[in-house]
Amino acid sequence: MMRAFKMPGFLIGFILAGIFVLAAAVSFFWTPDAVDTVDIVNKLHVPDAKNWFGTDHFGRDIFSMIMVGARTSIAVAIVAVGIGMGLGVPLGLAAAARKGSILDEVIMRTNDLIFAFPALLIAIMITAAFGASAVNAIIAIGIFNIPVFARLSRGAALSLWTRDFVLAARVAGKSPAHISFEHILPNILNLLIVQGTIQFSLGILAEAALSYVGLGAQPPTPSWGRMLAESQTMVSFAPHLALFPGMAIVLTVLGLNLMGDALRDLFDPKIRRDRA
Amino acid sequence: MLIYILKRLLSLGLSLVAASVVIFLAIEVMPGDAAQIMLGINASPDAVEALRQELGLNLSIYARYLSWVGGLLSGDFGVSYTYRVPVTEMIGDRVWLSFPMAIYALVLSTLIAFPIGIIAAAKRGSWADWLVMGGTQLGVAIPNFWFAMLAVQLLAIKYHWFSAGGFPGWENPFLAIRALTLPAFVLALPQASILARVMRSSLLDTLSEDFMRTARAKGNTRRQALVKHALRNAMIPVLTILGLQFSFLLAGAIIVEKIFFLPGIGSLIFTAISQRDLIVVESVVMLLVFAVILVTFVVDITYAVVDPRLRRKAR
Repeated sequence: MMRAFKMPGFLIGFILAGIFVLAAAVSFFWTPDAVDTVDIVNKLHVPDAKNWFGTDHFGRDIFSMIMVGARTSIAVAIVAVGIGMGLGVPLGLAAAARKGSILDEVIMRTNDLIFAFPALLIAIMITAAFGASAVNAIIAIGIFNIPVFARLSRGAALSLWTRDFVLAARVAGKSPAHISFEHILPNILNLLIVQGTIQFSLGILAEAALSYVGLGAQPPTPSWGRMLAESQTMVSFAPHLALFPGMAIVLTVLGLNLMGDALRDLFDPKIRRDRA
Repeated sequence: MLIYILKRLLSLGLSLVAASVVIFLAIEVMPGDAAQIMLGINASPDAVEALRQELGLNLSIYARYLSWVGGLLSGDFGVSYTYRVPVTEMIGDRVWLSFPMAIYALVLSTLIAFPIGIIAAAKRGSWADWLVMGGTQLGVAIPNFWFAMLAVQLLAIKYHWFSAGGFPGWENPFLAIRALTLPAFVLALPQASILARVMRSSLLDTLSEDFMRTARAKGNTRRQALVKHALRNAMIPVLTILGLQFSFLLAGAIIVEKIFFLPGIGSLIFTAISQRDLIVVESVVMLLVFAVILVTFVVDITYAVVDPRLRRKAR
C-alpha cells in the first residue's frame, strides 16, 4: 500500500479526498459558524475574511455548510458501497463457485435486469415510494451497486477457480464456500478496492443529483446537492452560492477517481508495463 | 446465426416480462390511493369507492397486472388518473423531445470522444495525451446539473448563444436544435469523457498487437496502420460502452430536462410521481426500460455480425 503514495496521481487524489474526509470529521466538533441558525441580517454576503465562502440567503456560513455537507455525501456513499459489496460480492462468489448452475443463472440474470433500469430511475422510484430521505437515497444507490460488485467478483473468481492452488484446496476437501472466502476473496480484494473507490465517487455524484432534485437528504441537514438546488434562482446575482458546493463535489469525486486509477495501475502489472 | 438471434430474442422477451413484473410491484407498494388523491381528502367514501371501481383498482393484483400488460402490448397505455387523457397521448409529444435529445447527446459524445481518444493514443505520453487524460478526469467528476447551471448562466443568459430553457417544438427545426444543443452537450460531457478514455486504452491495446507490427512491416506508415488496422479492431469495447451509455443518457435526461425546463419524458415522470399518477409512472418507466433492453439486444446482434467467434460461443 505504501507504494501507492509514491504515485503522483494517488497522492493528489488522496490529498483532495482527504481534505473533505477531514472536513467532515472536524465538522462533528467544530465549524466556523452554526449551520442551523438563520441570520438574515448577514444574508448573501460575498466571500470575505469572516465568511470565507460567503453566506447564503439565510445568512448561514457556506464554508461551514460545506463541511457538514461533506458528512452527508461521504456517509451516503460509504454505506451505499457497503451495501453493494456486502451483498454483491457473496452473490458473485456463489455464482462463480457454482458456475453454470441454476443459482448462477438466476444471480446473473437478476443482475442483468437491475442493469436494465437506469440507476437514477430506480433511485427516483424508491424515493417516490418510500419518501425522500438520506436513508432511501442510500438504499437506492446501494441497490445499483450490487450487480456491479456481483459481476466483478464472479468474473475475477471464475479465472481463479481454474488455478492450481484452488484445485489443491479442493483436493484437501475444502467446501466451495470455504474456498471462496479463504482463497478466492483475498485474491480479488485488490480489484474490489479499486471498484469500491470508483463506486464511492459515483455514489457522491448520485447523492448530489438526488439531493438536487429534492429526493435526498431533507432540510435542515446540509447537503451539497441541495445547496446547489437552492442556489439556482440566485446564481445570477450570487454566483458564490453555486460555485463552492459544486467545487466541493468536483474535487472530492476527482480525488477518489485519481486514487482509483492509480491503484488500478498499481495492482495490474500488465497495465503498468504497457501504459505507463 | 439464426439460432443465436432466436436465443437473444427469447432472452429479450424474458427480460421484458421480468422488468414489467418488477415495475408493477414497485408501483404497487407506493403509498397513496390514486382514487383518493384524484378526488381530494374531502371526497365522500362512496365517491372514492365508485372511482376505484371505475379505474379497476378493486380487481385482484393478477387481473390488474394482466390488463396493464395486455394494454401495453396492444398500444393502449391506459388513461392518466390525473388528466383523464390517454397516457399514449401524454407520452406522444414528449418522446420526440427526450429520444432526439439522447441521440443528439450520443452523437456529440462520439464526435468529441473519438478524435481526442485517438489523438491521445497515437501520441501517448505527449502533452496532448496529458491534456486529454486530465480533461476527461475532470469531465467525469463534474456533476451535470452543476455544469448546466453554470453553462446557462454564462452561455445563455450572459452571451445569448443558446436558449436557457424551454422547447419551441419541431415546427422550426433550427430553433428546436438550438434549444436542445446546450442540454445535449451537458448530457454528453461525462459520457464523452468515459468514451474517450475507453477509446484511448482500447486503441493502445490494439497498437501493441502482432498484426500491427506486420502492418508496419508491409510498408504502411504509422498513420495508415492506425487508420486501416488498429481502429477497426479497437472498436468492440468502444461499441459496448456506447450501447451502455444510451441508458445513462436516457436517465440523465430526467435531471437535465428538469434544469432546462424541457417538457420531455423525465419531467413527465417527476410530475406523475408527485401527483401519484401511477399509471403514467408505470408506463413511462416501462417504456424507458424497454428502450434500454432493446438497445442491449441490438448491440449484442451487432457483435455477432462483426465477430463470428461470438456466434459459435453462444450455441
